[in-house]
Amino acid sequence: MATTRTVEEEPLTATAEAEAAPSPVPTSPWQHRHLLDLDDVSTDEIATVLHSASAMKAIVQRDVKKVPTLRGRTIVTLFYEASTRTRVSFEAAGKLLSADVINLSASGSSAEKGESLLDTVLTLQATAADLLVIRHGHSGAPYFAARNLTRTTVINAGDGAHAHPTQALLDLFTMQEHLGSLKGRKVLIVGDISHSRVARSDLWGLCKVGAIPVLCGPPTLMPWDLLKGRTETPGHPFASVQVEQDIEEAMRDADIVMPLRIQKERQDAGLLPSLREYAQQWQVNDERLSRLAPNALVMHPGPMNEGVEISPEVAHGLQSAVETQVTNGLAVRMALLLLMATPQGGLNG
Amino acid sequence: MAQQEKSIMTGQEMRRALTRIAHEILEHNGGARELLLLGVRTRGVPIAHRLAELITSFEGETVPVGSLDITLYRDDVHLRGPLALEATELPVPVGGMRVVLVDDVLFTGRTARAAMDAVIDLGRPKNIQLAALIDRGHRELPIRADYVGKNIPSALSEDIQVRVSETDGKDEVVILPDTANPQATSEVGR
Repeated sequence: MATTRTVEEEPLTATAEAEAAPSPVPTSPWQHRHLLDLDDVSTDEIATVLHSASAMKAIVQRDVKKVPTLRGRTIVTLFYEASTRTRVSFEAAGKLLSADVINLSASGSSAEKGESLLDTVLTLQATAADLLVIRHGHSGAPYFAARNLTRTTVINAGDGAHAHPTQALLDLFTMQEHLGSLKGRKVLIVGDISHSRVARSDLWGLCKVGAIPVLCGPPTLMPWDLLKGRTETPGHPFASVQVEQDIEEAMRDADIVMPLRIQKERQDAGLLPSLREYAQQWQVNDERLSRLAPNALVMHPGPMNEGVEISPEVAHGLQSAVETQVTNGLAVRMALLLLMATPQGGLNG
Repeated sequence: MAQQEKSIMTGQEMRRALTRIAHEILEHNGGARELLLLGVRTRGVPIAHRLAELITSFEGETVPVGSLDITLYRDDVHLRGPLALEATELPVPVGGMRVVLVDDVLFTGRTARAAMDAVIDLGRPKNIQLAALIDRGHRELPIRADYVGKNIPSALSEDIQVRVSETDGKDEVVILPDTANPQATSEVGR
């Protein structure tokens, strides 16, 4: 079995025309064996995940938070990068559904002895891992794993500066819980969009559900690679994205305000003036929020640099959904695990 | 899939059967006190609501009605494709209640088993009873219904469908002979 390796997942690049036309109604609610990014996930599939997640959230809030659904299934979380919430969230989601969860991080594993990613994931498949949740510093690593695994399903928990689809889904869930339909809603993302896998997956998700993403921050940190040609090309997936230099302008009539973590190493690369100057120009703080967007929900994927991209008062204020996002992340990941626990058409199908 | 469907219960007959079940529930429980009707998704839910309306019309007491999604308790999760989840709605906690599970068709008994597990995870009811509009036999577990609308002996290859006006536009029960893939529709299906 291990000798025949096939490419099971969708092609890496989603074409513009595939985006433009509304995807055909899927006969089954979920069409993917692996979850690598939201670029090839349909609007219907997103709706299915969010719908299931709200039922899952009720289970998280029960007295006895445990259901027997995934008994006998093994989930391995393989993290080559540090993580608190994503890893704990996947582990808790698996355990609430009664799966066995094995956590593996690069430090302490054979990766330290120089084992290749391929050998590591093949080993995990051979130990009967049904689902592999992988985070890696290199963009594309989960795709590589998915291409080489015949029996194990792969979920991307963040790869390089490329994608973080489960975070995007929990963001959509949190927004939808607050706003209802997201069609035409303005979602402001502030900061280092270019190096943020969260923002990149959010952009795919937001555009698919018809929200209007507004990007704001230093021009050196905008995702020009994604946005290229969006005004000229008909049917461009990011046609609705707006870019705004001035945060005061951008915050006016935003329904959601999402500052992103500013990574200090970007300053060394010359992409940022200084953290102080950044904070002055782009920080989401009480003064701006209460004056410009008093009803907006503030979201942050975490971890936060309080005092840089977000002020402590806003981070823990009444408009903050940061903790709700974590709870919702658990519900969304439970919904995904249930949808993905068995490959299309059952185990042998 | 051009198959001849045969009607086995009309809307009128469904109403009579449900009226009788409502009376039986009241008789068995000595009234409507502490009753909680839980419809098993999807067709059990409208049937549970109708039973509750009938009980109210006889006794003048409103009976709480909820819905149960048993997806998380299925024993065939590994045989199925991707599973989405619907909400489980409880108007009152199950603790101390006389819970009547309501389903459209009782077949292998696996759904009823899953529903019982789902209820027990939600609390400790005084007891659990089972009502089904149709009992088609072929039990695979030691389970029987307390209230049955109609017993319909059936072949494994046949498919029995309960239709309700709320979702299907019409009240009726039909039997579909020899489905192309009986494995998929009946044995795993219920």
